[in-house]
Parts: sequence; structure tokens; C-alpha cells
Amino acid sequence: MSTQNNYAFPDPNGRYGQFGGRYVPETLMSALLQLEQDYLRLRADASFQSELAYYLKQYAGRPTPLYFAERLTEHLGGPKIYLKREDLNHTGAHKINNAIGQGLLALRTGKRRIIAETGAGQHGVASATIAARFGLECTVFMGEEDMRRQALNVFRMRMLGAEVVPAMSGTRTLKDATNEAIRHWVSHVDDTHYVIGSVVGPHPYPQIVRDFQRVIGDETKEQILEQEGRLPDTIVACVGGGSNAMGMFFPFVEDTQVQLVGTEAAGHGIHTEHHAASINKGRPGVLHGAKTMLLQDEYGQVTPAHSISAGLDYPGIGPEHAHFAESGRATYVPVTDKEALSAFYLLSKLEGIIPALESAHAIAYVVREAQRMQKDSIVVICLSGRGDKDVEQVAHMEGGLADGANS
Amino acid sequence: MERIRDAFASLGSNRALIPFIVAGDPDYDTSLAIARAILESGADMLEIGFPYSDPLADGPVIQAAALRSLNRGCQLPDCFRLVQDLRKETNKPLIAFTYVNPLMQYGATQFFAELAQAGGDGVIVPDVPLEEAPDLASAAEKQGIAWIPLVAPTSGENRVQAIAQQARGFVYCVSSLGVTGERSAISTQVESLVQAVKRHTNLPACVGFGVSTPDHVREIAGYADGVIVGSAYVRRIGDAASGGGDAIDMVSHFTMSLKDACRA
Repeated sequence: MSTQNNYAFPDPNGRYGQFGGRYVPETLMSALLQLEQDYLRLRADASFQSELAYYLKQYAGRPTPLYFAERLTEHLGGPKIYLKREDLNHTGAHKINNAIGQGLLALRTGKRRIIAETGAGQHGVASATIAARFGLECTVFMGEEDMRRQALNVFRMRMLGAEVVPAMSGTRTLKDATNEAIRHWVSHVDDTHYVIGSVVGPHPYPQIVRDFQRVIGDETKEQILEQEGRLPDTIVACVGGGSNAMGMFFPFVEDTQVQLVGTEAAGHGIHTEHHAASINKGRPGVLHGAKTMLLQDEYGQVTPAHSISAGLDYPGIGPEHAHFAESGRATYVPVTDKEALSAFYLLSKLEGIIPALESAHAIAYVVREAQRMQKDSIVVICLSGRGDKDVEQVAHMEGGLADGANS
Repeated sequence: MERIRDAFASLGSNRALIPFIVAGDPDYDTSLAIARAILESGADMLEIGFPYSDPLADGPVIQAAALRSLNRGCQLPDCFRLVQDLRKETNKPLIAFTYVNPLMQYGATQFFAELAQAGGDGVIVPDVPLEEAPDLASAAEKQGIAWIPLVAPTSGENRVQAIAQQARGFVYCVSSLGVTGERSAISTQVESLVQAVKRHTNLPACVGFGVSTPDHVREIAGYADGVIVGSAYVRRIGDAASGGGDAIDMVSHFTMSLKDACRA
């Protein structure tokens, strides 16, 4: 493993090793450079930081608990398992952390309008929520296929006053929603802030989203020291674009004794064509303005991703994760739809916590590996969101709501 | 690169008409016939779009064309073959329009070498701005391929200057905010963008994005060296492909009417 002391990425060109950068139409460049300048200024601004802290605490409900999952631990008979309860945030997932930060960024830079892309709908809901709270106009782009899978979240966004625009191109999922958001932004760049929902996109977005999500890892560090008196041995988080994982991992980057594990959606299995495992099965390429690991064919056409969870159904990954994978600081392992679904039930029944299908991928990894881990070791799982949004989809898969679900 | 310079030099007081089509749209043979007809009807150069799955600088019309082409299996080797087939018949400049990912996967050196060998003269990569361009621009230059960058209404004087210095062949001035696609009117802002470019380079400045009608062309011909017309062609090709007329006829007549508007 390479040494990660004095970790200093992104570099001045917005690069994380070979990854990252700004591959966007020239029309957007001035806005990105301005955003970078504004962000760096506000990041160092105490009044901005205290406003951010206020909303995270009083509005989102932070800090979220670090919960010892006693029954899951007993059941698996392996390491001590803690859950970082991002599912307890207002709006039900970690997405609100970034939405608050970027909403304040929009306010401070005089933008009255925000746009966002969304996959599972959690980032769309978080953006719509913040837009309502801050009195901003909000348009959310969502793949038509995801609007069907996550109809409840579409309804929530509309209730919050946002306009939801279906992305009808390509695979009609998160990738295409992001394309549409970028296209829209190119046309409205003078009065609109684009609230990207993950650690993806052109510089400075991966850095901005990481910084707004690092509260997850910062709190975890403090909480585990308080409860266990030491750092965890392993931290596990699911990765689509990778914002909950980056928020969790980043504060531990220089603590090289802590193993960082990202779980990628393996869909039907990475030996099939139906998965979203960009690190395990992709090659370096450019998607949504950044060089990163990408699922693509021989000629560089982006290939469709698949996952049971709309939030992980993405052929790319944040560039800093690609860098972590290349440097060896974090490892990225595939978890199938089936494993995730079974972890979804397991956590619901053992702990009374229904996880989002995305987060269930992280739990599934620990279920699979628990026997191989030392009994006195400590594992923290980032429970990035709650599963309310997935209940209907899971019920349908199990043969309809009327039958109930038994596993 | 020389072919581009010579083409502008031979225009006299006229302006260059640069149509855009997508390679392999709706299929290889038809796109070859369409390209041929456009060049025979008076176009001065041709910009050939290499189809890509995620064309984020393009509006719905060109997205649909790329999809038609990809669905017929058109890939990079077919795009190079189209350039090569056209080069056998014409001395006019042929310019590739490609997104960066296919170029990166093929390898920049190999991409530009094959493009040059096929008879291509220039390249436009809409998702590579100034900061990401140096390596690619120099790889293109080594193969004699002109790196044709875009300037936008949002660029500002300093970026325009730096981009103009990086440019070879000509500078592509984006007429307005937004993606490619037909517009009802051309923004008056673009004239000052063209003037800004001309303050920093002697290369020709051409205007594209939204240019849809002979009237637009006539207006732009008042201040720019050339016009690029994309979606208006691609829409006609798409209409013809879905049974709305004869593509060759439509693009020939359209080209002639635009060419008239380019005359001083």
C-alpha cells in the first residue's frame, strides 16, 4: 500500500492522480472556475461554516448516531458491527448534507435557481427540500425508468415544489439524468447553480461534495473513539457515484491502519453484462466531465449499468475513488442484487432498521465476510439511507404487496 | 491543415459553408451519399460527427442521429473509412467532430494518425476545454491534424486569447449558451465574440450552434469567416430516414440555399 500521509488531492488541476479534471464544453468553464473560487473563499469563511453547522444540526438532525448493531453482531458471530445512521437524517439519507452545503453556496453566490440530477430520488428530494427551505426555484432531472422505480420520491419532490423532468435518452437512468442536467446547465449557466449529488462531475464538484459529506466520517471518528477508545479496523460503504463512501472514508485517509472497503453493485454478477461495477470491470475513461473508471465497450461507448438499486445504477464512479483504487488506499468489492436483497431483510428483522437497497450492499459485504474477520475487530458500516423508498419495489419483487414478504 | 488554409484563402470575399452530419446516420452508405451530395452542392468543408453514446454538448436532434448510427453498428473504424471514401473524391477539408472518450480509448496518437491517413484535416472535441487540451492538441499537430477549439459567449477575453493561440485551422465560435440545436434567432452577442477572436489571431473565425436558415447565414456572413450548420441538416436526414422525403434531394437544395447566403 502506498503511503497516504499529507494527502493533498485534488491537485491544482482538479486531478486525483490520473483521474478527475474538467472535460466539459467551453461554455461551462468560466462558471466552473468561478465556482471553484467562490467555494474556496466560502470554505474558509467562518460565517458560512457556522451557518452550515446550524442547518446540519437544527434542520437535518445531525449528528447522526453511531449505533452498535448488537443482534447483527451476534447473528454473524464475527466482528463488532457499528452502523453510522445516515438513514436518520431529515429526508432519509446522507444526501441532505451536500444539499444543505450547496444550497447555501447557491444563496451566497446569488443564484436563485438550482438544478439537480437524481437516481433513486434521494438527492432529488434533498435538493427539493433545500430549495423549499431557502426559497430557491428547483428543477430535478430523473431517468424515466427511475421515475417508475421510485414513484414515491417523484411525488415527494413535486410536493416540495420542485419540477421533475424525465430524462428520456439512453438507458433513462442516473447517467442520462446527469447528461440532461449538464445540458440544461449549459443553457442556464448564468443564473443557475447545478447541485451535483455525488462526488462525480468536473472539478471542483468532486471536492465540494466530498467536503460537504465528510461530516459523516468526522463524526464517526469522534464517536468510535468515545465508544471504543480506538479507530475501527474496517469501514464499509456502498459506492455508486460514491458520495456517502467518500464522506465516510475521507477523514480516515491518513489513518492507514483503517481498511476502507467500497461495495460496488454487481447486479446479476460481474461475470454477466448486468452490473454497475466500474472499478472491477471498467477502464479509465471520461464521463460527466471527469476522467474516472468507466464501464464502456472497446470503442469507448458507455455501456449501460444495472443494479437493483437506482442509486448505484451508474456506469462511472467518483474520480477520487478511482484514485483510491489505483493507489490501493481503498478496495472495491462487488455485491450482487441477491446478496443486497437478503441483507435488506436481515437488517430489517434483526435490528428493526429497514435499510435503503443501496446501503444493503454494504451490509451484505459484512454478512459475507464476517466469518473471515477477527472477532475482536471493529467494523463500521455506513448506513447511507433508509429503505422506505424501496419497500414497494421489494414487495413487487416478492410477488405483490398482498402476499407480504417472507425470506 | 493546408487544405483548411487553402479553402479559406480561395473564398475571396465569400464565407465558408461548413455543414455537419453524423457518420453512419442513418446507415453507412446513405451517410456517404449525403456527404457527397453536400460537397457537390457547394459546401466548402464538411464536419463529420463521430457517433457517441453520451453526447453532452448535443441537443436531441444530434443525439437521435448518433443513436441511429450506433444502432447500425457504426464505430470509429467506420468513421475513418467514411473520411477515406470521401477523400478519394474531394479536395475539400474534412473535419472530425468527436467526444473525448472514444478518442482516449483509441489512443490519441493512433486516432490522429489514422484520421490523417484517411485524409482528415482537423478535429473538434467539444468536451475538451483549454485546460485539458495541450497533450491532445500537440498529438494532433504531430499528425498534421488541425486542433479546432471552441470559444463561448461566457469565455471572456483572457480565455479567448489563450484559446485562439491554441487554435489551428480556424476558431469555432459558439453562438449562444446551450447545446447544439436549431434556434429561431442568432444572438447578437456572437458578433462581439468573433471580434474578440480576431483581436488575438489571424485564423478564420466561424460561427456554429443554432444556425438553421439562410437568413441566419446571411446575418453571420456579415462578420464571420464561415458558418457551421449541424442540427438543421441532421433533422432533414432524420426526417428522410423516417419516410419524410429523399435525403439527397433535401440536403442538396438546402446546401445550395445556404451557399447563396454565404456569397458576398
